[in-house]
Amino acid sequence: MSQPFLEVKNLTVSFPTEDGLVRASNDISFTVARGETLAVVGESGSGKSVTSLAVMGLHDRRSAQISGQAILHLENGPIDTISAPVDVVRKLRGKSMAMIFQDPMSALHPYYTIGDQISEAWRLYNDGDKKAGIKRATEMLDLVGIPGAAKRVLEYPHQFSGGMRQRVMIAMALVNNPSLLIADEPTTALDVTVQSQILELLKNMQKEFNMAVILITHDLGVVAEVADRVSVMYAGKIVEQAGIDDIYYQPDHPYTIGLLNSIPRVDQLEGRRLIAIPGQPPSLISLPAGCSFRSRCSFASQVPNNLCASAVPDLDEKIGGHFSRCHLTEEQLKKARVSTGAQL
Amino acid sequence: MLKYLIRRLAATALVITLVSMSVFVIFAYLPMDPARLTCGKACTPNIIEANRHRLGLDVPVQVQYGRFVKGLVVGRHYGEGVASFECPAPAFGYSFNKHACVSTLIADAFPVTFSLAIGAFILWLLLGVSLGVIAAKRQGKWQDKASTAFVLVGISLPTFISGILILLLALKFKLFDPIEMGRWVSPFTDPIGWARNFIFPWITLALAFAATYTRFTRSNVLETASEDYIRTARAKGLSEKVILRKHTLRAALAPIITIAGLDFAGLLGGAIITENIFNLPGLGRLSIRAVLVDYDLPVILTTTLLAAVFVVVMNLVVDILYAYIDPRVRVA
Repeated sequence: MSQPFLEVKNLTVSFPTEDGLVRASNDISFTVARGETLAVVGESGSGKSVTSLAVMGLHDRRSAQISGQAILHLENGPIDTISAPVDVVRKLRGKSMAMIFQDPMSALHPYYTIGDQISEAWRLYNDGDKKAGIKRATEMLDLVGIPGAAKRVLEYPHQFSGGMRQRVMIAMALVNNPSLLIADEPTTALDVTVQSQILELLKNMQKEFNMAVILITHDLGVVAEVADRVSVMYAGKIVEQAGIDDIYYQPDHPYTIGLLNSIPRVDQLEGRRLIAIPGQPPSLISLPAGCSFRSRCSFASQVPNNLCASAVPDLDEKIGGHFSRCHLTEEQLKKARVSTGAQL
Repeated sequence: MLKYLIRRLAATALVITLVSMSVFVIFAYLPMDPARLTCGKACTPNIIEANRHRLGLDVPVQVQYGRFVKGLVVGRHYGEGVASFECPAPAFGYSFNKHACVSTLIADAFPVTFSLAIGAFILWLLLGVSLGVIAAKRQGKWQDKASTAFVLVGISLPTFISGILILLLALKFKLFDPIEMGRWVSPFTDPIGWARNFIFPWITLALAFAATYTRFTRSNVLETASEDYIRTARAKGLSEKVILRKHTLRAALAPIITIAGLDFAGLLGGAIITENIFNLPGLGRLSIRAVLVDYDLPVILTTTLLAAVFVVVMNLVVDILYAYIDPRVRVA
């Protein structure tokens, strides 16, 4: 693996509320290199977006408590976006790191033309008048596959379909050739057919710009298409982190196993029901002692001394490059995979 | 856009016609006889009938309306011979109490009301919007609380109290020459004298209106600030200043145009209380005198009609402005 571009270390984001401290993401560490795609997977509220917004410096520092580091290894030295001054981080946004959001319907300003909005992003870091900005915007629209770019650049967001708007978002995020792209559920609001087009586009753009990509999603189908490595998040923590094949063929955490079992598959035996993960994720205000997944885990009883209830498992490297936060032994996990049919 | 404009203009013309008809009919059936009001106690039925004829009130209401519309276009001639008088177009009628054409009365009063309205309008927009933006940006801080206090005072203090208080203070501190009060000075000949004459009425009206705008701006700015596209703007790397000026305010202030337009139109019809307190000879005073003192029906009819026209026309202006600001409205 090449030198990572982004190195997140022990990142914790919590929000003080009237009911108590919400630990939205808890001691998160991961890296992602240029040309690599890291997928961050987890259900709603598992802390995926909160983590990425913290990397981008988009949390309101008055309402969020953030600790840990998110180091960007830039050409002229590393910068930690968590501790760096607000203005320094702002000048990294759009240029060194860019982000696209879930809902392209609401993420574009309804009152400005597409060209205006892309040109605005470009002119922030480039010398050029508005005309040059619009020209650049047209090129970008062309690049992301919007037909008739020269005409459409003068149109408003409401004149675009959802998939086209997400293309516009991608064009806008990439206009300054960023080294890191964070895509926060970029396909969730789109039709399935459009989804795969957008994923294809993201893949091509990654090659074109040699970017590090963090893809946040709850859709393991999306992950399989584009990711190199996967981090599975649960209740604010990373519970498993591995290469794409390991995640699908050798899941090492009961939660990942559960997620994989809940995906409908073409080769599934007829009449077999999907296996859902029982229960609800715990409240992030008062996490239970021990493993957060314990109450929903059907294998917790196999761990001796009720260890799951008393000790938080560490994120251990089980096999090379494959980390998992579980008290079960590799042998037990293997059985678990077989018993639920998660292993192919 | 042109099609939209033509459609809207046609609709506006239709509404004004309907409004003028209904106002006309209502006044025709009021239990008040304009002809009877033309002369004093020593009136004989003959004189009343003669005056009725001179006023053109002896024909059916639809004919009266027809003559009214014609008068608006070509002017109007009342009576015959020595006792006849002429009102040039647009003739709204003739006021017997004032012995003048209503159009002349309006032409004298409207500049006063317009001066009052435009100055107050600018003042309250500046005050209300900037306070609202500051309150939103400093949410929960003392600036926010101070603006809330201002809003409460502004909303709960009626103009007949705040106006009198302001007048008293202005007189006490000799900021205002009572002899000058209510004297009309044209802004084109003496802009400073004009502004000096209007500054306290402006403040009075602006205080009353600014409160609502402060509250409205504050909530709109806060609401817009949590929109996804503001987060996008931040993710682009724009500075907070640009985000506020270009992205947040544009969207937050658009709805304010609607209420601002209607408030302004309402004021153009006359600010009765403020005009009375500051002795301003505007439309408000003209109409309230016509209603309470003179029973001057032609004047009441005209000011009512004008007030309605202002609202309808301002509505059109607001819609056009809105289409200009919000591209989503244009296609619809």
